[in-house]
Amino acid sequence: MNELAPDSYVTDDGRTIGPAVLEMKNITLRFGGVTAIKDISFDIREGEIRAIIGPNGAGKSSMLNVINGFYHPQEGEIWFRGARRPSMKPYEVARQGIARTFQNIALFKGMSTLDNIMTGRNTMMRAGLFSQALWWGKAEREEIHHREQVEKVIDFLEIQHIRKVPVGRLPYGLQKRVELGRALAAEPKLLLLDEPMAGMNVEEKEDMSRFILDVNDEFGTTIALIEHDMGVVMDISDRVVVMDYGKKIGDGTPDDVRANPDVIDAYLGVSHD
Amino acid sequence: MAESSAAGAALTSIPALLARNAQAFATRPAYREKEYGIWQSWSWAEAQDEIRALALGFLDLGVAKGDHVAIIGSNRPSLYWSMVAAQMCGAIPVPLYQDAVAEEMAYVLDHCGARFIVAEDQEQVDKVLEIQDRVQHIEHIVYHDKRGMRKYDHSRMNALADVQATGRAAHHRWEAELDARIAALGYDDTCVMLYTSGTTGRPKGVVLSNRNIIEASKSSSEFDELTERESVLAYLPMAWVGDFIFSIGQAMWSGFCVNCPESAETMYENLHEIGPTYFFAPPRYFEQRITLLVIRMEDAGRIKKWLFDHFMEHARKVGPDLMDGKPVGLFDRLRYALGNVLVYGPVRNRAGMSNVRIGYTAGEAIGPEIFEFWRSLGINLKQLYGQTEASVFITQQPDGEVRADTVGVPSPGVEVKIGESGEVFYRSPGTFVEYYKNPESTASTKDPEGWVATGDAGFFEEATGHLRIIDRAKDVGKMADGALFAPKYVENKLKFYPNVLEAVVFGSGRETCCAFINIDLTAVGNWAERNNISYGSYQELAGHAQVLDMIQSHVEEMNASLAGDAMLAGCQIHRFLVLHKELDADDGELTRTRKVRRRIIEEKYADLIAALYDGSAEVSTETEVTYEDGRKGSIRATLAIRDAAVMPAQATTLEAAE
Repeated sequence: MNELAPDSYVTDDGRTIGPAVLEMKNITLRFGGVTAIKDISFDIREGEIRAIIGPNGAGKSSMLNVINGFYHPQEGEIWFRGARRPSMKPYEVARQGIARTFQNIALFKGMSTLDNIMTGRNTMMRAGLFSQALWWGKAEREEIHHREQVEKVIDFLEIQHIRKVPVGRLPYGLQKRVELGRALAAEPKLLLLDEPMAGMNVEEKEDMSRFILDVNDEFGTTIALIEHDMGVVMDISDRVVVMDYGKKIGDGTPDDVRANPDVIDAYLGVSHD
Repeated sequence: MAESSAAGAALTSIPALLARNAQAFATRPAYREKEYGIWQSWSWAEAQDEIRALALGFLDLGVAKGDHVAIIGSNRPSLYWSMVAAQMCGAIPVPLYQDAVAEEMAYVLDHCGARFIVAEDQEQVDKVLEIQDRVQHIEHIVYHDKRGMRKYDHSRMNALADVQATGRAAHHRWEAELDARIAALGYDDTCVMLYTSGTTGRPKGVVLSNRNIIEASKSSSEFDELTERESVLAYLPMAWVGDFIFSIGQAMWSGFCVNCPESAETMYENLHEIGPTYFFAPPRYFEQRITLLVIRMEDAGRIKKWLFDHFMEHARKVGPDLMDGKPVGLFDRLRYALGNVLVYGPVRNRAGMSNVRIGYTAGEAIGPEIFEFWRSLGINLKQLYGQTEASVFITQQPDGEVRADTVGVPSPGVEVKIGESGEVFYRSPGTFVEYYKNPESTASTKDPEGWVATGDAGFFEEATGHLRIIDRAKDVGKMADGALFAPKYVENKLKFYPNVLEAVVFGSGRETCCAFINIDLTAVGNWAERNNISYGSYQELAGHAQVLDMIQSHVEEMNASLAGDAMLAGCQIHRFLVLHKELDADDGELTRTRKVRRRIIEEKYADLIAALYDGSAEVSTETEVTYEDGRKGSIRATLAIRDAAVMPAQATTLEAAE
């Protein structure tokens, strides 16, 4: 075993949580006159499951979009792996090893599960257009390698039986799983999940929780997730950021957050005046 | 490693057969498994290398002669290898049903005293760990799938691949010992121990010797002329004797290839890809495939549907005769050939049955329409009758003498006789040695001359010499008026309706017969969809008035056909109810091979049975259910009880039955 880095620790269930991989420093995001995110700072540590929760319109998805490079904050800094990240396009962020899923499933409905997951490896394909078109030499070797990785994801998520089924025909819970598969295929260092359990029944939620924990455990992937369902969040995450009206109102372990009076107010709907 | 076992050695054990195959069929495929979307394959020579490495690893772990090694999991080459590797070490493999809950496993593991467990994955390992404090003698667990296992305490646990690696590394140390143990395997040593699911009481460990397995495999392979060119899909539980005979006994004897599906859900697809030449499935499987096909055809375009109906009717008319080599007119032959191109071929292909040379079904009676359907498509589907205690084969149907209502003639080397009570007895080289640690049961089942009581009542047809099975001997009873009561016969008749999944008939010692019925969710659900009937749960659908009407019409139709049979007219169903839950092996209501456990059902649903007989129109009940993970819950329901019309016995009821 390696010596632990100075600011690392080991969780009760034996996972090693390292130093911060991503630091959000004083982020403010405005759309015209509307301030979606107001001066928020928090960090995500290596190997942890970090949840961002909050009521509707709290700015959670905006935050994910900032991390993902889709929105560019007017103020604040993003530090990734110890270096300040310049303003980047989403595909550049993806190449850095940050993958995501979407709240309202964004798959190619007419394509099979396999092909959809294959698109997750797009940023890693290096063969030129010409050799890809002829499927010769490098392109062929590359595809074989990528297919192998994709098959491992399929095996991991236990979706062999829908490998060749167009995703449009799949039930909602399975589509969510395919989307997770596509994000995993990119072999991300940091995985962003936007409401992975929205609209699922209890059993599907349990399955999805299991997969999120397994991804974190097996591949050591750092995970940041947005979720509505408090129960699920408290069960699976190491630390939780709570947002309300674009502000951070809580940050800490699930137990800390649960005891935080501001959080209770936000969730129980105390009037804001 | 291979050359150490002489090819000329007597073929008196599975490891000896393996050594022969590794030489005779060195490069032919022995095992295939679909993993990561690709069929991986191992030749006989490679398989031997893998199995020997595993056996060496087992020796290094301390597997001793006479140990029991439990194997828990779904069909995977590495689990089949574990069984043979255990045999090489002089140990006895004991495969268990992988869907058994921890409680059930505890009994078997405790009874056989297994020191070593080979488990498929985390799920199975967890079950073993759960009961480990009660079953003290478990020493070491070997698992196949590494997923999720990283954080477990490995002081008494290993991955199967690591055991093989250790074995390979230690081959100088253990090779001589391994060869000595293989050479010491005798024809009368135990080959495998299989626990029968048992419709009554605790499971019993059936000890089968090398002689039992090899003789049964040999004569049955010869009966159907199996060669090394066959291929089979191994998808039935490994704990079931049939799988042991097909995937190990016959595969080793004939040298053919065993294919393992990717997962239980992909079985249909994998069957289609492999196209086995030799195929076994329980009647339920053939029934489900037809249900699926019929549902698809309901949704198909009009031309397709017309083609299907038209040619299937023709197939029903001439297909079976063609199969049996009876004379068929030229015009009918041409039409059948056309149908073969347009309909039968594609249907066979979709069902993965294009290459099937020999298909078998057994375990339950098969509906004549279902049986004829498959045969009319040109598939050589036959029936056999067997038991764990017989190493499967008691009777089977020879090519060209196949019928839905018989189970065939005695298999080669098997003697069959009918006892005075009508019970079927047999004696064969495949007859089991004993029930493990249970001399009383052994003595009451097998007499000193080797005749084994099957527990089934049957008779030989005089004209053809074929055996017909009526029912379980202990279930056959008398009704209050002395009429014959054969519940299974009636239940099977009901189950032939696609909408009926399971039925349980009561009536022994009573005035009338009544029944519980389980609907088939696939068929009834589809019917509901087409008729715009909405339902929220299984329970709601099962209690729907229109569903009850439909089931009632089935019951009355069956009553009419029973009335035509003087012997069984008394078994007509007077009252019935549709159960609010599916009968389930997890609740102990069915065996793991899905046979009804009558006594348990009678106890558990005593209130419902009372209501059937006291004339009430409905009954409220609460039932305990066990979930897959062993948790318990309960469901409450109010069930309607229906009266079904009964026909007078012996009346001319042909019109009514049509």
